[in-house]
Amino acid sequence: MSTDLPADLHYTVEHEWLKDGSPSTIGITAVAADALGDIVYLELPKVGEEIVAGAVVGEIESTKSVSELFSPVSGTVTEINQDAVDDPSVVNSDPFGAGWLLKVEVSSTGPLLTAEEYAAQTAG
Amino acid sequence: MTQNPEQDVLSPLHDEHVALGAALTSFAGWQMPLRYSSDIAEHQAVRAAAGLFDLSHMGELWITGPEAAAGLDAALVGNLSAVTLGRARYTMICAEDGGVIDDLVVYRRGPERFLIVANASNVHVVREALLERLAGFDATLTDESLTTALVAVQGPRAEEILTGLTAAADVETVRSMPYYAAAEATVDGHAALVARTGYTGEDGFELFVPAAEAPALWRALLAAGEPLGLVPAGLSARDSLRLEAGMPLYGNELDRTTTPHDAGLGRVVKLDKVAADGSPLPFVGRAALEARAHASGARTLVGLVGLGRRAARHGYDLVASTEPDAPTVGTVTSGAPSPTLGHPIAMAYVTPELSAEGTELAVDVRGRREPVRVVALPFYRRPR
Repeated sequence: MSTDLPADLHYTVEHEWLKDGSPSTIGITAVAADALGDIVYLELPKVGEEIVAGAVVGEIESTKSVSELFSPVSGTVTEINQDAVDDPSVVNSDPFGAGWLLKVEVSSTGPLLTAEEYAAQTAG
Repeated sequence: MTQNPEQDVLSPLHDEHVALGAALTSFAGWQMPLRYSSDIAEHQAVRAAAGLFDLSHMGELWITGPEAAAGLDAALVGNLSAVTLGRARYTMICAEDGGVIDDLVVYRRGPERFLIVANASNVHVVREALLERLAGFDATLTDESLTTALVAVQGPRAEEILTGLTAAADVETVRSMPYYAAAEATVDGHAALVARTGYTGEDGFELFVPAAEAPALWRALLAAGEPLGLVPAGLSARDSLRLEAGMPLYGNELDRTTTPHDAGLGRVVKLDKVAADGSPLPFVGRAALEARAHASGARTLVGLVGLGRRAARHGYDLVASTEPDAPTVGTVTSGAPSPTLGHPIAMAYVTPELSAEGTELAVDVRGRREPVRVVALPFYRRPR
């Protein structure tokens, strides 16, 4: 299990990460990307859409399975990563960088974990 | 199947998988490698060069004795007494009602010796059914599932890789071995049963060796194959390869509610088996399968190609069209994005009127209806 989690990010129990900003950035963790296997398709919300913390906002499909993307925050989608939609393998190769998924103008956040808390949760 | 990883059996190659950094999964009561690096890369390596698979979870049952052949003729749907020494046969064990208990590969190793390879999840039920069915025959069943390791080298370079490790005296045996045959050969110093069989749609070999010898053989095959493009490949690649090759998977295309005919495999049911006096030979399931062979209107297995990007999966509803109110017309048995073809593929059961090539249907992909088209199986056939 990878332990090199960026310390400046927030995490969810559903394996999303959130980087604070204006707007904030959302992706999935390396743990989630590894577990899914080769990602082949991303279904993401549209720019301008209002999303709700804890709700399903997309789907991540790999060769072996399909996983739901839960939003860690409530707010308005300002941008989606079209490069990742076009070539989802970037989510596997660089989940914390070029494989980001959404940018969101955040109005409120759901329950978030620190890197340490997330690492403790995924270690088991 | 309930998954309880703490009680899983470990493959004799478990330490090799851990050393290679495999993602392990609980499968049919075993901890087995799901993937080592990337599902797609492993899949493509098997199509382009070669892959090395650990199949030690499969069951190995030996049937020996003067009436082994006659007993298997009565127990299975195939004509096993007609199998030539050294050859193998794909067959099934069915229930009285014609439902499939398991699909099997049976190797004839002697006039009175047969090796049956059963699916890991079915070894117990196959063994119990065989013990019951062979009770009146002079034949003995020996279950060597836990002491036998099975390693497969699959792909266009499999023969080159294997012969490079084979004792000089056995090289020609391996090289000239036809598909669905097997022979004893010494590979990297290990006495192995080498079979030209597999489950990937490629040329390839399966090697049966004592469990204790498997790690050394595995490392030798990896070392010899890596310069030629061989990679270790996990269950994930195995599943996408067999799906492209249109091969059925027990629990998906085959189960107790399915007959061999439903799956398009009616040819394995030998209704022309006869006893010594020329009368039809009884075997378990015969009456039901005879009726099914002549039934019209029964369901049939078809191939589907997805016209969108989203893949149908096992258990999804097949519907008549992309219209929201279109009725359900079948169930997807297996589905995945095809790494070789670049679009989603699936298999499903439909009624005969919907089974013609080119028929346009749709799949309910988590509430959205994605168009699919019926195509002939297999999706992929290797160039020869």
